[in-house]
Amino acid sequence: MNFEKVIFGFFILLAATLNFGFFIGAVDDPVQHDIYELFAALVVSLIATLLKLGDRTHIGAIHLATSLVADLQLLAAAMVWGYASHVTGADPLSASMTARVVSLSGGAFFANSVSVVILIAETIMQRR
Amino acid sequence: MASPLASPSRHHSIFLMIMRRLRAPLILLVVIISSSVLGLTLIPGPEIDGQARYLSFFHAFYFISYTATTIGFGEIPYSFSDQQRLWVMFCIYLSVIGWAYTIGTVFALLADRNLQQAIAMLRFSRAVRRLADPFYLVCGYGETGRLICQALDQRGFRMVVIEVDETRAGEVDLYSYTADVPTLTADAGNPDTLQSAGLTHPNCIGVIALADSDAANLAISISARLLAPRLPVLARAATRETAANMASFGTAHIINPFERFSHSLGLALHAPAAWHLLTWLTGLPGSAIKRHRTPPHGHWILCGHGRFGRLMLDAMDMESIPVTIIDHHPQSNIDHLWIQGDATGPAALEAAGINDAAGLVACTNSDIDNLSIAVTARMLNKNTFIIIRQNHYSNRALFTAFESDITVIPSEIIAHECLAILSTPLLAPFLEVIRQRDEEWCNWLLQRMTRRMGWTVPEIWSARINFTQAPALYRRLMRGETIALDQILHSHANRYEYLACEALYLSRDNDDALTIPAAATPIHPGDELLLAGHPGARAAFELNIGNEHALNYILTGDELRGSWLWEKFGRH
Repeated sequence: MNFEKVIFGFFILLAATLNFGFFIGAVDDPVQHDIYELFAALVVSLIATLLKLGDRTHIGAIHLATSLVADLQLLAAAMVWGYASHVTGADPLSASMTARVVSLSGGAFFANSVSVVILIAETIMQRR
Repeated sequence: MASPLASPSRHHSIFLMIMRRLRAPLILLVVIISSSVLGLTLIPGPEIDGQARYLSFFHAFYFISYTATTIGFGEIPYSFSDQQRLWVMFCIYLSVIGWAYTIGTVFALLADRNLQQAIAMLRFSRAVRRLADPFYLVCGYGETGRLICQALDQRGFRMVVIEVDETRAGEVDLYSYTADVPTLTADAGNPDTLQSAGLTHPNCIGVIALADSDAANLAISISARLLAPRLPVLARAATRETAANMASFGTAHIINPFERFSHSLGLALHAPAAWHLLTWLTGLPGSAIKRHRTPPHGHWILCGHGRFGRLMLDAMDMESIPVTIIDHHPQSNIDHLWIQGDATGPAALEAAGINDAAGLVACTNSDIDNLSIAVTARMLNKNTFIIIRQNHYSNRALFTAFESDITVIPSEIIAHECLAILSTPLLAPFLEVIRQRDEEWCNWLLQRMTRRMGWTVPEIWSARINFTQAPALYRRLMRGETIALDQILHSHANRYEYLACEALYLSRDNDDALTIPAAATPIHPGDELLLAGHPGARAAFELNIGNEHALNYILTGDELRGSWLWEKFGRH
């Protein structure tokens, strides 16, 4: 067992699951989407990106690209949330703003799923 | 995960290397900052109106951002509670550790020798890749390499230098070349190095192998032969074995300085005029050649029976000149008079018969010994013809002070030879003709040339009558006009005057070659001319054959109208 692979797989999967946890629920209901979960998803996604840095294979490059997409989407979601809760000052968030945040995280979830699919494909292709 | 078959570009791998090294510190930073932010949002703040206020993620991230970067705007949006302050204290020290670790890694990375080399290599190969002008690949920047680079630079060529020694490679920057010279500190014997130095670059026009070791020069020659077969390769060979090896796979020009000199001495002994002509033609352009004394026939003394000594002995044997050898270690298998001893003292020289010797060759591998031998010999016999070998360029002041008849400087011999071959490929066949012609002819040519141009080494150049080099002349010839050689050698300032240059050799496509072509020789398209003359004459000649107006004037005496518009008007 390769410990490095465990860490790698762990973070990729965790990024996807946290993202999914935040995303699931009614798209415009702020009660169903916990901000701490978004925060965790963003941090884990960033760490997953850093773990993917410096892999010189083609699959490594695709991995990195999907992670960057997820980061971008989650950052955008966090920024929209920050704008909605502090600049417009609504507490709890309005339905339209919640929908924006959640749909952005939905995009990130798609990227994270691609990452997971690549991880699985790579594992299956491994002959040893 | 890295496949051994994948070969990413160097640029890629440097970026990846930096990224891999920075991975741990960056992950640590993310973890520190995110846990600080998370902590701040969870810890209850001050109670306002009986209700504990919490920091939102937005405020927490804002606060940690300016605290971690040591900017410190204060506690917002309210003054913190003591629990929060306790947590912030941890955060401050944690973030300092994170930054210190990251910055430490970055500096360690920048100081990393491997990375520096990788970056130097990257810059070098990028500079080479972007070279848009024709360039020579010079391997080895010793004395010879420097001489050649300076001369190539003067002639407006670009160079790429590979030198294994770091100090020497650094000297490239110290000498101010007109154009930037990409330099790499690496072993030129490595084919990969040669390729990144532009061996297969479309603008590479020649490889000059001047590395210190014969093995490296051999490796360069064979790499060039296999990877870039069309390129001319000039290689230095210190021994005959290496030269033979290089010749076996078709290296274009192999230069063994000592062999070259011994041939030229052989020529000097049996055909002085040809020898004078050769020295005059192959010197460094612009330098004045003193008319040497011709090496006399008679009894010679050879001090030092090394690599050079042996070749000199061969040259003298060819001319059946009696030679006495002075050396510390006599060899039994040589049928020459042999004196075992130290040639620097008068005893050995006198025993060898210096008093009635016609000439002396001081060719040990120590400069000081050679000078000492020469000075002693001069004292014992004023009229002896002295040939002295200078091994190191740094001793040149001593050698200039002692007025020998000929000073053999290997690095200069190689440099002259390289330059002659590179700048004027047509010179080699012409020199071959000189070597074969008789003494009378050489004497006639030498007098004719030096009377017109003096004893200063002329500029030698070749011109091909084609569309790129001589558009005006080529167009006229293609129209069917007959133009004699003499006609294009006039000055375009005054067509009744000649340019200060002479045509030495004319080579035709059908293997026809004319030596000293007659004035009335008609020029054909595709001819290649070898000319010698003053530097100014070269520019004037190139204008003559390249510019429609200049050519029209020297042929007809009429001035053409200036531009296309005036030409249109002129027709009516």
